[in-house]
Amino acid sequence: MIHFDRFTLDNGLRVLVHEDKSTPMAVMNVLYDVGAKDENPEKTGFAHLFEHLMFGGSKNIPSYDEPLQLAGGENNAFTTNDLTNYYCQLPAENIETAFWLESDRMLSLAFSKKSLEVQRKVVCEEFKEHYINKPYGDVWHKMRNLAYTTHPYKWMTIGASLQHVEDATLDDVKAFFYKHYTPCNAILVVAGNIETSQIKTLSEKWFGDIPAGTKYNRNLPIEPKQIAARHLEVTEKVPLDALYKCWHISPRMDDRYYTTEFISDILSGGGSSRLFQSLVKEQKLFSNIECYHFGSTDAGLITIEGKLVKGVDIKMAESAVMKEIKKLQEDGVSTAELEKVKNKAESAMAFEDMSIMNRASSIAMYELLGDANLINTELSKYQAVTAEAIQKECRIIFNENNCNTLYYLSDN
Amino acid sequence: MINRKIAPVIKDAIDYSLALKPFQHSILNNGINIYSINAGAQEVFQMELVFYAGNCFELQKGVAAATNFLLKNGTLNKSAFEINESFDYYGGYCNRACYNETSVISLHGLTKHMEKLLPVVKEMITEATFPQNELDVYQQNAKQRLKVNLQKAEFVAGRLIDSYVYGDAHPYGVYTNPTDIDALSIDACKKFYQQYYINGHCKIFISGKLPDNIHDILNCFFGDLSTSVNEIIIPKATLSPAFEKKYRIQNDNTAVQGAIRLATPFPNRHHPDFKEIMVVNTLFGGFFGSRLMNNIREDKGYTYGIYSYIQNHMQETAWIISTEAGKDVSETTIQEVYKEMKILREEKVTDDELLLVRNYMIGGILGELDGPFQIMAKWKNIIINNLDENYFYNSIDTIKNITSERITELANKYLRPDEFYELVVY
Repeated sequence: MIHFDRFTLDNGLRVLVHEDKSTPMAVMNVLYDVGAKDENPEKTGFAHLFEHLMFGGSKNIPSYDEPLQLAGGENNAFTTNDLTNYYCQLPAENIETAFWLESDRMLSLAFSKKSLEVQRKVVCEEFKEHYINKPYGDVWHKMRNLAYTTHPYKWMTIGASLQHVEDATLDDVKAFFYKHYTPCNAILVVAGNIETSQIKTLSEKWFGDIPAGTKYNRNLPIEPKQIAARHLEVTEKVPLDALYKCWHISPRMDDRYYTTEFISDILSGGGSSRLFQSLVKEQKLFSNIECYHFGSTDAGLITIEGKLVKGVDIKMAESAVMKEIKKLQEDGVSTAELEKVKNKAESAMAFEDMSIMNRASSIAMYELLGDANLINTELSKYQAVTAEAIQKECRIIFNENNCNTLYYLSDN
Repeated sequence: MINRKIAPVIKDAIDYSLALKPFQHSILNNGINIYSINAGAQEVFQMELVFYAGNCFELQKGVAAATNFLLKNGTLNKSAFEINESFDYYGGYCNRACYNETSVISLHGLTKHMEKLLPVVKEMITEATFPQNELDVYQQNAKQRLKVNLQKAEFVAGRLIDSYVYGDAHPYGVYTNPTDIDALSIDACKKFYQQYYINGHCKIFISGKLPDNIHDILNCFFGDLSTSVNEIIIPKATLSPAFEKKYRIQNDNTAVQGAIRLATPFPNRHHPDFKEIMVVNTLFGGFFGSRLMNNIREDKGYTYGIYSYIQNHMQETAWIISTEAGKDVSETTIQEVYKEMKILREEKVTDDELLLVRNYMIGGILGELDGPFQIMAKWKNIIINNLDENYFYNSIDTIKNITSERITELANKYLRPDEFYELVVY
């Protein structure tokens, strides 16, 4: 049981506090309810570029990193299609330094021209390093484009093109900040060797006078139900043929999400999983195969991807995958198999909760989804999944008309 | 109104006194050393069996890694699938890894299932069978993975720089080619298994929420192994560093970045300069606020990240600078790294910067002591490397007390461009 207290400031900032006296450290986690899905389709990659700019100095403090490091802290941040999350960890005695730094950049950035110029370049190098200069690096660029026609999940967090990042202006930066970086769009979690009363006082002191701003009302285009299978075949400079198939699944807060999580675990979680055992070990069609999803807030995708053994025909490999899926649809799962994935979920969750950093970010994520207490109740949702539900969900998800297939072929 | 321009008062991290929770030590009936830490709030544990079975013991390339991998792929009573199933069913995770001197079998799981998981680990280290079919799949998949990796500039750069520093016959500089993978045989794996696992030397590290009778439990499963009580003597490998210092390699004619590696030999953890070098390295390129990062990323935007580090080797090692930079700015990046070396050699580090680095490092160590697994990782490093028990405390003293004069001295001793190998893979 992970205990936390919750209160809201007058400007709408939600604050959650998790005390843990066994550590000398404290963690501050600030989550902004803005991700790549909130971007203008003509200016993608912006939420992530913006995350970089949050380190380029704020209204009253020229550098974020230096004072934090001086206080014995370190920090990082990440952006997804759904959200932007900033976190720092430092000795608990110095927690006020984190309040000072985080509140000033919520109040206002410095909007430095130099910072924008440099970070545009840095993000372009990040783009090149991860998505261009690597074999198969652009797969998700292609796959999102294929699977989504309408919903903004159709572009990657890094952006649809380098050009969008290169074209970002200081006016864009300012507009984005005032639209999304307001107290009412943020969730603040403080965890570690601290007291709730002390955090209340510090929150009022540092965040209390930040203007509430206008609540951003998300109104995203809805992805129409896919009604016909989609295929894409590309030939690239890669050493091996690869197969990618993905299917639309339910949103994060739907109870079927937990069922889907088990489906991916049954198919590819660990050495005893179905796809690995059948397709890699027994039939030797793939050198690796995985089934996963991104856990996205809106309706996401479940994906099966694998690299083919040289010489294997991709159509044949694909039909072997589908045969495994069909087995799951027709015969379902055994009691022991269900018990296995439940045990695995229990174990994984226990390990996840080991560090205060993880606990703080989980509390923030769950609060964003609607209720921080999900950190304590999720396990029971996993435990409630039945074999029937898994079989039924497999029939719904793995429907041919719901499927997007990418053949990523080698040019040699 | 608060004055936001004034920073809150901080407690300097260097004013903290840090304590490393001690481990419990016990010896099994057969002489195996057990190091344990019973702590933590979650009902979980982590166990690591460390064997002296790394690649420095192999007579044929790749045998140590293949043997280590195949431990989990078949025993007298269980197929690979059944082994995996026994771990997965109880939510346990069993991994193996092969390094230069040691190899590790690790097990994570819920404490309540510990006694269900341990017998399977025991089977792996006493009754592994090395089926031909499993080796076939391993070889095929290893070759495919290698093919993909060889297309990545950073992978190629990592292999090459090691081979320049140590020589490609040295365990730290050796790399496998597809023909080496083809040459692996069941026979070679079985022999290696017999010598370095069945009759090898093993130490066990276990941490987390442990049952009171943990010693008895481990004695029951591992107290009758036929491993040797004698420490294994690590063969002394001969260094044959490359004569030529500068390399530019074209791996992919459409590359948009260069993978840059600079490296200079460095003795090892036992060298009297080592603890001080950890501070110099942090300041130079070891963290986000380092000189290299501030100049090359935060000022010039040439890269997403640049780091320097001392390689984690037990015998001789190397000081490395590593980054991926835009193709057109790769050469300029290297010049900037040398410029930063020069500044560190010639200009005194200010008190402010040094205090920041000290506080950052101590704060980091304080954070790393969060939880039993991390505490055990610190002890394991000390024990496996035969370091002094006071190593942890001496390192902290060094961070707190190193002077800027000493930093200049060390920069002059080690950060000399002529002594660096220099590589860009495009």
